[in-house]
Amino acid sequence: MIVTAGWYMGLAAILFAIGALGILIRRNALVMFMCVELMLNAVNLTLISAGRELGTLDGQVSVFFVLVVAAAEVVVGLAILVSVFRNRATASVDELAELSG
Amino acid sequence: MAEVIIFGLMALPALAGGVTVVLARNPVYGAMGLLGSMLALGVLYVAQLAHFIAAIHVVVYAGAVMTLFLFVIMLIGVDRADDQNERLPRQRQLVILGVLGIVATAFAVAFSGRFSWVIAATGERIPQATNGTTVALARVLFSDWVLAFEATALLLTIGSAGAIALASRRGKPVDLPIDPEVTS
Amino acid sequence: MNAIIDSVWLVIALPLAGAVGLHFGGRRLGEPMAGYVATALIGAAFAVAAIAAVPFIQGGEQATHIMLWEWMPSLGANLEIQWDSLSALMTLIVTGVGTLIHLYSVGYMHGDERFHRFFVDLNLFAASMLTLVLAGNFAMLFLGWELVGLCSYLLVSFWYTRPSAAAAGKKAFIVNRIGDVGFMVGLMVVFASFGTLSYTGVLDRAGDVLSTGTATAVGLLFLVGAAGKSAQIPLYVWLPDAMEGPTPVSALIHAATMVTAGVYVIARSAPIYTLAPTAGMVVATVGALTAIWAASIAIAQNDIKKVLAYSTISQLGYMFIAVGIGAYTAAMFHLMTHAFFKGLLFLGSGSVIHAMDDEQDMRKLGGLFRAMPVTALTMLIGTLAISGIVPLAGFWSKDEILASAFGMGGYGYALWLVGLIAALLTAFYMTRQWVMVFLGESRWEDGVHPHESPRSMTVPLLVLAVLSLVGGLVNTPFRFTLEHFLAPAFEGISQIHPPEGWTSFLILAGLSLLAAVIGVASGYLVYRRPTESWARFQDQLGGLWTQWENAYNIDDLYGALLVAPGKRATEVAAFTFDTRVIDGAATGVAALVRRIGGAIQPLQSGFVRNYAALFLIGTVAVVAWLVIGVWF
Repeated sequence: MIVTAGWYMGLAAILFAIGALGILIRRNALVMFMCVELMLNAVNLTLISAGRELGTLDGQVSVFFVLVVAAAEVVVGLAILVSVFRNRATASVDELAELSG
Repeated sequence: MAEVIIFGLMALPALAGGVTVVLARNPVYGAMGLLGSMLALGVLYVAQLAHFIAAIHVVVYAGAVMTLFLFVIMLIGVDRADDQNERLPRQRQLVILGVLGIVATAFAVAFSGRFSWVIAATGERIPQATNGTTVALARVLFSDWVLAFEATALLLTIGSAGAIALASRRGKPVDLPIDPEVTS
Repeated sequence: MNAIIDSVWLVIALPLAGAVGLHFGGRRLGEPMAGYVATALIGAAFAVAAIAAVPFIQGGEQATHIMLWEWMPSLGANLEIQWDSLSALMTLIVTGVGTLIHLYSVGYMHGDERFHRFFVDLNLFAASMLTLVLAGNFAMLFLGWELVGLCSYLLVSFWYTRPSAAAAGKKAFIVNRIGDVGFMVGLMVVFASFGTLSYTGVLDRAGDVLSTGTATAVGLLFLVGAAGKSAQIPLYVWLPDAMEGPTPVSALIHAATMVTAGVYVIARSAPIYTLAPTAGMVVATVGALTAIWAASIAIAQNDIKKVLAYSTISQLGYMFIAVGIGAYTAAMFHLMTHAFFKGLLFLGSGSVIHAMDDEQDMRKLGGLFRAMPVTALTMLIGTLAISGIVPLAGFWSKDEILASAFGMGGYGYALWLVGLIAALLTAFYMTRQWVMVFLGESRWEDGVHPHESPRSMTVPLLVLAVLSLVGGLVNTPFRFTLEHFLAPAFEGISQIHPPEGWTSFLILAGLSLLAAVIGVASGYLVYRRPTESWARFQDQLGGLWTQWENAYNIDDLYGALLVAPGKRATEVAAFTFDTRVIDGAATGVAALVRRIGGAIQPLQSGFVRNYAALFLIGTVAVVAWLVIGVWF
């Protein structure tokens, strides 16, 4: 028995789906944020698997960039979160519906 | 065979960590789940010869980012337990539709046969080419991708500046005092 | 001598400087200094023009061109002066009569709170008119043409607080625009044919370049412009209304100078009209119809200035007859004498109006001879001059036109006959006016104390009276001074002349004189008698008189025919088309957008998780589409 890329892909797909489900059903902004990270990780996994399968390092380079962007995103996102919390004393996104059309 | 064992050992905590993130009432548990999931994924990276990525994945994600998460969780307090009733209009239907869509698409990908090059690929791996050592990755990163690399440096700088701008207390005073019940 | 001709641009510059200077400093100069400054400047312009015109009096002098500024050389549109005998004659008339009228205005506008503004406009008008007549190309002529139109508008509505004056100014402007369009199109045709607008480039080569058809088209288009500016049928309707302006304005612009611009343009374009006899005949016919048409209306007018306005239209008709048949010298001659006696008559009527506290209705005047003898006598001279009594100015010029028409033969006989009848009518209505104003019992209201006008007003009257007396002598069958003066300007153009020989002269002049005498005598006899007998005379004419009194209801006709449909079209466009179709389309689009927005508005619930779910479904849909696309 051998681990094919499909195994990794399947694992990544399940992790991605879990993350997406978390975003959709949880209303704590912090938890949603963590779900986003989970989805990003799932994608990273597919990138590495596909890169190995294709015999190139480009997949790993892409993961590197995703890491950097994710780090920046976390910094800014958490700053927004802190700022919102400071003004609204809540981390629930359901209470932030001022942009309703 | 060794890889099968590693995959089995690591896939389970990765999935368990993910489920914990989604289901844990307390965000701190969620963060711990995510941390475990990430460490497991790091092992799987190593199994796929992505040594350098695995290292910085653990350092940056499991180390820095998760620490930041925990810090913010502690800062703004552990939210009161979510009330599990869905009150948003049509959200439940949309969630079901979205999840079904993902599953259907995954099945379509898996059984279309067109993606077998990646799904069912077995053997012709080229360890030499994909051995993600620091040197090998650096060679690619600083030759073909140097411009993108510089751009990420700029992105990080802007991100830091943005975070400082957002979080600084300058400007008008805070409208609402922090609710002691929430913070405690 | 050349030095003075080279500085002929001063003729334009002096009044222009006056306009600019008085605009800024006129209020400080105050009354009457501002008026005297303006008068002095236009007088200086006259002096320059008179000295520069000396070579033409000596005879045979050719045109001089002075380039002031190359504006658009490739079009032949430059600021360029053509100083020849024709422009010299016009310049002398404009500056000479203009000076007298400026001087007169100092007295007439006494006490007006916008005293200096009046002289700004008057000086500006003089500069514009001189630009028109001194132009060396059609572009500059058109510049002056539009500027005098503007000044006319400004001066007609000078008392703009009176709604009727404001309306009259607008009417003058709009009717003139109609003519201007024709003139402009004519200029475009000229440019298309010649590739230039300069007189030398166009007029000297007209015979080689223009086909008869093109020449006719240009001639007719110029006629449209000239008919607008010179108040000919069918565009004359603005001139009677323009009498709302101050009387000196009526004298200067609407009698002596601006309205003759049309005649001048046709005379200037003589080489083109020579190629197009048909266009010339149309011009003459328009002139003849206008002459008798306006004369008949003038008979029944009771407003002292309306009589003169219709008389001016009628006299301009004579000039159009002359330029139409090709008797350019006769036309310019009549233009000159008309400037003298019509200027005199207008100024005289202004004197009366001034004395009678702005009363213009002749039925409320009468018996003024004793109160204002100078005005009465000078106006009598003007009346006799325009009526054509020998040897006053009008007799010679009008007779030359009529005799020239007769001398052309053929169609000319008809023109001559119409002109003769119009001359009889002219003599009648002018005598009627003079008798109604100055003889008979006084019919004015209590509290009015007529008085002779001040010196600044009577001096111009006297000077113009003298000119009306002797001005005709410059071109009599005994001595063709003006003919020789103008000869270089019309070199190479075969003009129509009165028939040769003393017998025909005596017969034609005798007939003209007879018509004049009959007119004067009948006018005197009817209106010398008491007021009741006027009504009897008018009743004898019956409906005709009513028609004349109402000016053939032309204004109503134009109103019904042109203005009402125009208003209707505007209303439809503004209140039906615009509100329903244009606004409807706009509001329809807006309503559509609003409805679509309303339908999909619930999507914007404001809940980020809703958005995330929609985003996920969209992403899945795209991926699914890609997968399926690969699949098949």
